[in-house]
Amino acid sequence: MKPRHKRLAFIVGGLVAIAIAATLVLKALEGNLAYFFSPSDIVANKAPVDHTMRLGGLVKKGTVKREGLTVRFDVTDNAETVSVSYTGILPDLFQEGQGVVAQGRMRSDGVFHAEEVLAKHDETYMPPEVAAALEKAEQANSSVAQPAL
Amino acid sequence: MSSINWFKYASPPTFYPLAGRLAPLFGVLAVVLMVVGLYLSFFVAPTDYKQGEGYRIMFIHVPAAWMSMFIYLVMAMWAAIGLAFKTRVSAMMSQALAPTGAMFTFLALWTGALWGKPMWGAWWVWDARLTSELILLFLYFGFMALHASIDDPRRADKASALLALVGAVNIPIIYYSVQWWNTLHQGASISPGAAPSMTSIMLTTLLIMTAACWSYAIAVVLSRVRSIILERERNTDWVASVVGPDNRGGRG
Repeated sequence: MKPRHKRLAFIVGGLVAIAIAATLVLKALEGNLAYFFSPSDIVANKAPVDHTMRLGGLVKKGTVKREGLTVRFDVTDNAETVSVSYTGILPDLFQEGQGVVAQGRMRSDGVFHAEEVLAKHDETYMPPEVAAALEKAEQANSSVAQPAL
Repeated sequence: MSSINWFKYASPPTFYPLAGRLAPLFGVLAVVLMVVGLYLSFFVAPTDYKQGEGYRIMFIHVPAAWMSMFIYLVMAMWAAIGLAFKTRVSAMMSQALAPTGAMFTFLALWTGALWGKPMWGAWWVWDARLTSELILLFLYFGFMALHASIDDPRRADKASALLALVGAVNIPIIYYSVQWWNTLHQGASISPGAAPSMTSIMLTTLLIMTAACWSYAIAVVLSRVRSIILERERNTDWVASVVGPDNRGGRG
């Protein structure tokens, strides 16, 4: 083995060791690295009680109610649903069916009182005409109620 | 192909003129691609159905973020080659790559903040993607600071190469952060083995802007490595024959 091969082997070995160490650290931190909890986490009591935390999910369609400056809506991950109450200005992208991340705490009344609401958009980009056509096709599909493939 | 002696290009006297020929080529290419890419970004790519005109910042944000990660990997690779094979140009290459990588990282964070405010409602959040990208910026700064703080260039090369290699573990963390953890940042629109989730003209624009950033990075890094080579080899005969014996500067 030439000295330069020895050094190369040492570098590769070192990188592998660092990668393993990093994996173990990330594994240990797993729960703390999530930016938000899903409604399922909250229903399963995985989220901290009486503590500020973030709740993320989709705004359930047909649940947004405005009373003055206060907005009430349900956040869902299509499995569980949590009611949210928020007083303040919402981001432009906030709408029904859109992703949101709300920061606040669970109150004893079972409603999540948010102090801040951020909109979360997905990674899809397309012109409005394409989006409209897609929606139209989806509606046609659901109204005809085609048999499952 | 196998007969090419790659070590020849690791020698500064061979690499210096080669870099000098390639840098202007990539410079011109960068300008052409940037003009075409910006025109497509602003005038041809359609409005987005959800984000309106604001999404157009993606055409610089995404290439900058890609470059910030890729340049780091190239820098770490040169650092490893320099450590293992003790080739002189390798360490100079990683030294030349760091400022450009840091610039792209800063650009990704800055355009990300400008994008985040109107869309998310926040300039900055401490989610896994944003935080790991900020750590990347600090890694670049740390690399440059460590290299600058050690007077002996060979020792500086070794110490900063180790830092570059250890920091490389952050790159997969940045890339996969949006898959591994809940983040406010959206997932990847373009990933290997999946259809891109954007219209083809948007994709074309994004790829042209990425090629422009690539060409820019290559041109700038090659020019910078030429300066580094001259500075560090200033006491050699070949530099004397290139720049003339009287133009080598004082310290010698």
